[in-house]
Amino acid sequence: MRDSICQKHIRISDNILKFFIYLSALISVGILVGIIGYVAYRGVGAVSWEFLSTVTSELNGTFGIIGNIVNTLYIIVISLLIATPIGIGAAVYLTEYAKPGRIVKTIEFTTETLAGIPSIIYGLFGMAFFGISLKLGTSILCGCLTLTIMVLPLIIRTTQESLKTVPLGYRTGALGIGATKWYMIRTIILPSAMPGIVTAVILSIGRIVGESAALLFTAGAGYYLPKHILSHAVKSGGTLTIQMYLSMERGEFDHAFGIALVLVAIVLVINALTKVVTNGMKKA
Amino acid sequence: MEKTISLSSKGAVEGKVGSSTAVRNMSVKGSNRSKSFAEVFMSGVFTVCGFAAVAAVIAITVYMLISGVPAIFKVGIAEMLFGTEWAPTAAEPSFGIAYIILTSVLGTAAAIVIGVPVGLLTAVFMSEVASKNVARVVKPAVELLAGIPSIVYGLLGLLLINPLMGNLERTIFANSKTHVMNGGANLISAVLVLAIMILPTVINSSETALRAVPMHMRQASLALGATPTQTIFKVTIPAAKSGIITAIVLGIGRAVGEAMAIVLVSGNTVNVPLPFNSVRFLTTGIVSEMGYASGLHRQALFTIGLVLFAFIMIINIIINKILKDGGSNER
Repeated sequence: MRDSICQKHIRISDNILKFFIYLSALISVGILVGIIGYVAYRGVGAVSWEFLSTVTSELNGTFGIIGNIVNTLYIIVISLLIATPIGIGAAVYLTEYAKPGRIVKTIEFTTETLAGIPSIIYGLFGMAFFGISLKLGTSILCGCLTLTIMVLPLIIRTTQESLKTVPLGYRTGALGIGATKWYMIRTIILPSAMPGIVTAVILSIGRIVGESAALLFTAGAGYYLPKHILSHAVKSGGTLTIQMYLSMERGEFDHAFGIALVLVAIVLVINALTKVVTNGMKKA
Repeated sequence: MEKTISLSSKGAVEGKVGSSTAVRNMSVKGSNRSKSFAEVFMSGVFTVCGFAAVAAVIAITVYMLISGVPAIFKVGIAEMLFGTEWAPTAAEPSFGIAYIILTSVLGTAAAIVIGVPVGLLTAVFMSEVASKNVARVVKPAVELLAGIPSIVYGLLGLLLINPLMGNLERTIFANSKTHVMNGGANLISAVLVLAIMILPTVINSSETALRAVPMHMRQASLALGATPTQTIFKVTIPAAKSGIITAIVLGIGRAVGEAMAIVLVSGNTVNVPLPFNSVRFLTTGIVSEMGYASGLHRQALFTIGLVLFAFIMIINIIINKILKDGGSNER
C-alpha cells in the first residue's frame, strides 16, 4: 500500500494473460502426452508378434499387418526413388542454374502451392490421371506416383535450404581452379548438402507413412504378401494407415489401436532420426 | 551411339582435371568443347526437374477442371452450388452441395477460432516466456504433434470426443422430438479434432514470426516501463503480425483440406451445419462415397473436389500476397 518505487506493482491483467499463456502451452503439450499415452495404453494389448508378422486370414479369423507393412515399404521406396532425384534436381536448378527473377519466383510459388494442396485432392488427381488416364488402376504404382508429386515440394524446399548454406567460396573456389559447373555440383555442392538431402528423405518417409487420403483411391486396400517382387507393384496394396481406417470403419478398434501404436512408434523414430541428422549437420 | 561416346570421353577428360594431363585434347579450347556436352545435358536435366513442380500444378489444375466441370453443366450451376439436397443414388438424383460447402466453411472458421488463440499463446510461451530448457522440451512435442498421422487423430476423436459429445447431446436434447440422435458424431466433435490438428501448423509458423522480431523492440518497450506481458501483447505480437496472419491462413488451409481425421468423427450425413447435427464436409463426402460412385455421381464428387481445390488456390494466393507485402514492409 505504500507509494514506493521499490514495491512491485502487480497488474491483474498481466497475470490473467500470463495464466492463459501457460494454460495454452499446457494444453498443447497435454494433448500430445494424452495422445501418445492413450494410444500406447490401448495399443499395447493388441500388438503381438503374431499381429506384426502374419497376414490377415478371413478363414482362420486372425488379423495381422505384415502385408500392410510390406506395402508401406514398397510405397516408400518407389516414391522416393522417383521423387528424390527430381526434387534434388529442381533444388539444384533453383539455386545454381536459374537466374533470380520471374522464373525462380514462379517455381517457388508453384512449389508452395503443391505443398498446400490437401492430400484428398492428390488422391482425386492420382485416381483420375494415373489410375484412369494412364490405366494403372488401383495399384501400388499408382499410389507411388501420386505420392511422388505430394512429397516433391518437401524435398525441393529442404534440399534448397541446405544448398543455400553451402558457402559461396566453395563455388568460386571450384570454378576458379577450372572445374566445370556440373563437375562442381557433383563433387562439391551435393556432398556438402548431403545432410540436408538426408533430412529431406527422412521427412518424406514420415509424410508417406502417415498418408491415407491420397492412397485410398490410388493404391487400394490389398493386404496380401507379394507373390513376386516386381509384379506386386501393379497390384492393389493398402498401407498401415489404410488398414487402420478400414478397421475403424468396421468397428475393430483393437486392431486400429495396434496399428496406431505402430504408426506412432514409427513417427517417434523418424523424429529422433531427423534430430540426429540435423545435430550432426550443426557439428560438421 | 554418338552420345555414349561423347559421354565417356567427358568422363576421361574430367577425370584428369586434377592431374592436368589432358591427353585426348591438348588444346584448351578442344577440351572445353568435349566437356560441353555433359554440361549442356546436365543443365537441361536440372531445368526439366526445376519445372516439374510447375508441370504438376498445371496437370492437377487441368485434371480437376476436366473431371469437375462436366457435372456442373449437367446438373446446373445454381442447382448444384445452392441446392440443399444431396441424394446421388436416388431414383431422381439431386446434387445440391450447399450444406456441404457451408459445413466446411463454418467448421473451418470454428476450428480457427478455437485453435489459433491456443496455438498463438503456445508460440508466445515458447519464444517469449519459457526458459531455454523448457522450450527445448515443448518444441519437439509440437513437432511430434505435427508428425502424428491424421487417421490417428480420427481414431481418438471417434473414441474419446464422440462419447463425450454423445452424453452432452442426450442431456440437451432429452425432450426434443425433432433432433436425430447420432451418438456424438457431430459438428462440434469434428471442429475439436480440426482445432487440435491445426495447432502444430499455427504454433510453428507464429513462433518463427515471433522469434524474427528484433530484440531491440522488446528492449525499448521494457525500458519505457512496460511489463513483460504488456511488451508481448502490445509490441511483439503486433510486430509479428504478418507472420501470424500467414500462420492463420496456413491453419485454414490445413483445416479445409483435412479428410481422414474427421470422416468418421463428423457423422458424415448431409445436414444443416448446426453444432449437434451430424454433418458432411467437402473432404469427407469424397472419402466416403468415391469408393462406390459411378457416372454422374462420381463426376459430382469431382466437382466437390474442384470446389475444395478452388478454396485452396484462393488460400495459396492470399499467403503469397501476405508474404510479398510483409517482405516489402520490413525492408
